[in-house]
Parts: sequence; structure tokens; C-alpha cells
Amino acid sequence: MDGLSVQHFIVLSAIVFCLGLFCVVTRRNALGILMGIELILNSANINYVAFARYGGSGYDGQIFAIFVIMLAAAEAAIGLAIVLGIYQMFDTIDVDATDRLRG
Amino acid sequence: MTASALGVALTHNIVYSAFALMGALLGAAGIFVLLGADFLGLIQLLVYVGGILVLSLFAIMLTHRIADVQVSNRSVGRGVAAVLIGLVLVGLTRVAVRATWVTTDVAPPAPTTYGVGTAFLSDFVLPFEVASLVLLVALIGAVMVSRKELRG
Repeated sequence: MDGLSVQHFIVLSAIVFCLGLFCVVTRRNALGILMGIELILNSANINYVAFARYGGSGYDGQIFAIFVIMLAAAEAAIGLAIVLGIYQMFDTIDVDATDRLRG
Repeated sequence: MTASALGVALTHNIVYSAFALMGALLGAAGIFVLLGADFLGLIQLLVYVGGILVLSLFAIMLTHRIADVQVSNRSVGRGVAAVLIGLVLVGLTRVAVRATWVTTDVAPPAPTTYGVGTAFLSDFVLPFEVASLVLLVALIGAVMVSRKELRG
């Protein structure tokens, strides 16, 4: 851990978070948006683990990160099921083209 | 890892984007190990790289005809978004560098699996059970969503 402080990890996490946000905002592909969400969740995890390492709070941060990973898995399963449903209905997963609520 | 995250955000082909996401997730796993969270790094590998990423690739393959994979990852409004998110990044970095984080010098990393397991079954047993319930509901929900679309 020579020379590495908690700031380095926070800045890295901020960069990854901003890239994920950029991905979510600019993508018109539903799967691309889901990938951006995965990036954002990962940046949150990096913060959790960094503070658990440097904050001296035992295992709390790591356990929160495990819960975040679990929720990301659930979210990916549901999100991909919804994307497949949208594809069957609209024949595309472009989020600008899916503008009809009636089934 | 940052380069891979850039790849996720910027490539035009969504298959490349998915493989860049794999690089980003592997980098995150490496950072977890670097921070002394070896069990979490392993979980990251198993769940993200082994599960979520494969699921995403399946979804990409199922939702695109092979022919138009090339043109399938359109982006809009990149300039405006880049400016705004650059501002967000500058703000976050300033906060991260300026703030005085209270840190303690804790012991160098030791194997964490025992501690995490003990914490899960003692202090965090209720969230643990709720998490299993959430996963069950999510699985049933995913199956129902896909089945309904198949029938309708």
C-alpha cells in the first residue's frame, strides 16, 4: 500500500462513475444503458471497499459491497428479461423507438 | 480499468462494449484484491464476469440479427453530455482531493473470508435472509416477464 491513499481510489471511482453516467445518458441501446449501470454500481463498490480498508470499520464496507453485487445480479436478470420482452414486441431495443405503452 | 471503462462508454459496436466491460470488471476485481478484500474480489469474478457478463452477451446475441450488430450501438447528444459530465467529474475530483478523509492505519490485509462469513451469520443475518428473498423474487419475476411476452 505504499503511496496509495484513499484519495486515489475515490478519484478512480469518480472517473468510473462519470463514464457510467455518460454511457447511460448517451446510449440509445437498452443493453448499453444496462452496462452503464453496471459501471456505476462498480464505482460505488470501489468506494465501499476503499473506505472499509482505510476507515477501519471492519467488514461492514465489504458486506455492503456484497449486497450491492447481489442487487446488481438481480437487476441484470430482470433488466435483460425486460429487454428481451421489448425486443419481441418492438423488434428493436432502441429506447427512442419504444414509445408505445399499449400492448 | 479506466481504459476499459472508456471502451464501454465510447465504442460503436456493442459487442466490443461488452468485452470492454469485462476488462473493467476484471480491473475492479484486481482493485478489490489490492485493497485487501480477497473474498470480494473472488465474488466479483464469479458473479460479474461469470454471471452478469455472460447474461449480457446472451442478450446481445438474442436481440440482434448477426448482420446488423455493426450498426447497433448508436449514441446521441454526446457533446452536451460530455461537457456536463466533465463538470460533474471535475466537481467530484475536487471534493475527493480537497476533503480531509479520516483514515486509520489498519492491519495489513489478511484473509477475509472467515470474518465476512462470521459477520453474515451474526450481525447481518436479517439482511442476508432478505437478500435471499430478493433474489428469489427477482428470479421468479424474470421468468414471468419472459413467459408473458412469449404467450402474448
